[in-house]
Amino acid sequence: MDAVKPFLPYIFIGLMIAVYLSIVPIMLLVERRVSAWLQYRVGPNRVGPLGLFQPIADALKMMSKEDIVPNHVNKLLYMAAPAIMVFPAFFVVGVIPWGVLSLGGQDIMIQISKTNIGVLYVLAVSSLTVYAITFGAWASNNKYSLLGGLRSAAQMMSYELPMGLSIMAMVMVVGSLRIEDIVNYQITNHAWGIVFQPIAALFFLTTAFAETNRTPFDLAEAEAELVAGYHTEYSSMKFGLFYLGEYCNMLTGSIMMTCLFLGGWNVPFLSDLHLDATTQSLIQIGGFAAKVGFLMFFFVWVRWTLPRFRYDQLMELSWKKLIPIALANVVVTAIFMAF
Amino acid sequence: MAISVKNVSMSRKSNWIDSTYFIPIFKGLAITFKHLFKKKLVMSYPETKKILPANYRGLHMLTRDAQGREKCVACEMCSTACPADCIRIVANDSGNEWNDQHENREKHPKIFEIDELRCIFCGMCVEACPEDAIDMTDMHNLADYTREDFLYDKERLLGVYDQYIKIHPDHAQRRDSEFKQMKNSSYFTVESVKHSDENGH
Repeated sequence: MDAVKPFLPYIFIGLMIAVYLSIVPIMLLVERRVSAWLQYRVGPNRVGPLGLFQPIADALKMMSKEDIVPNHVNKLLYMAAPAIMVFPAFFVVGVIPWGVLSLGGQDIMIQISKTNIGVLYVLAVSSLTVYAITFGAWASNNKYSLLGGLRSAAQMMSYELPMGLSIMAMVMVVGSLRIEDIVNYQITNHAWGIVFQPIAALFFLTTAFAETNRTPFDLAEAEAELVAGYHTEYSSMKFGLFYLGEYCNMLTGSIMMTCLFLGGWNVPFLSDLHLDATTQSLIQIGGFAAKVGFLMFFFVWVRWTLPRFRYDQLMELSWKKLIPIALANVVVTAIFMAF
Repeated sequence: MAISVKNVSMSRKSNWIDSTYFIPIFKGLAITFKHLFKKKLVMSYPETKKILPANYRGLHMLTRDAQGREKCVACEMCSTACPADCIRIVANDSGNEWNDQHENREKHPKIFEIDELRCIFCGMCVEACPEDAIDMTDMHNLADYTREDFLYDKERLLGVYDQYIKIHPDHAQRRDSEFKQMKNSSYFTVESVKHSDENGH
């Protein structure tokens, strides 16, 4: 066991990149099937059993499309933008704890790097996404792209504040920036973060939607007004990378929500069953996956329920409602922690 | 009569619960979640097909009589009635060929062509036909490669009848009895048709 230990981070890197990459085809199918079911339709059910191979067909289509680079674009930024979209999405996996695996009496934390600024790192890296969107929008040299990019930049900056504040409230309760510490705090106190910080949990969920540019905050790609927003000029696999980045960001948002507010890999009342350590740890990892999966479904569910916010409503919600309340929440939490 | 205008005033005032978006969003989510399990309204087309109404106006056919000959007498009433002008008929003198114990026909069509791309499927040709020779089937999934392929000639239209009669074996009988009833009804008797002259008499 000790011989394997130095290589564990590399194993985890491979594992987590695989999870991140495989979530995209799964979500592609889930998005299409769930949206169909919500509208009394059937959805794609022709490719393979129950349409399970539909993402493969989608990906093949995406890859075999002509990769058009318009003449009027800024070539360097145009090429870089999709890559920048994917980088932060994959970078955040470094600090995310996926559970504790008990094997042969040893507890192995499934986490690539046990850095002590985990939450800050996720916040910092995930907010790089805005560069991809603004670069892509600016480089496209297209009115609609630029409008989408500008909206997106303003939106992501506005929503990073309440997101940071809602995380801060939770961090203050726990007293650590390590994500695994936050999860362990929830386990040892027998209550999920949503009980300690209900307002922060709600705000984090809301801002996660805004940060990932998902409906009702998908102003950046409002197809009714802006054709496709920042990725109007992108085709083929470059467009595919934007898509991939969006779903990876959704996964990151769901994982952070699970770790901070839904107890991470904690499955309630599991310890009452007195299972052996390995089974218990596997169930916990399964529980973590189930929570993340539900949140991913929640993203899709909300997309097909709520209409898009108007731009001024979007800004008003952030600056006039979320930020003051989140600030007040932080202050109240601070007062509670002081006494 | 003037259109009555109904003023519907909607209160724009909302209580504070609605303005937080919170409760309304969960209401909406509950509604959409219920929709997940409702019956799907989609028909998976090639596997399940809609049962079309009996008077569905699809592809034309030229019907055959009991001897298997076309009923058409090349009177050109259908092509006259046709608003899309998609029927072309060239009549042929029947000679003695059609004179037998069943009937005595002067003309029959040498060429009978329907351009299904021009056709608007109004069914007026069927209404105009005095011999019940042209009728419409429920075949609607027409697909072909060239415009010429949609030019249905006499043999093809008779072929459509043969195909149709295999799917609906009772059709010929039913149509014949209906047609006889109609012909015997007062609508077709000459006496009942009143022609008014210029003076209105």
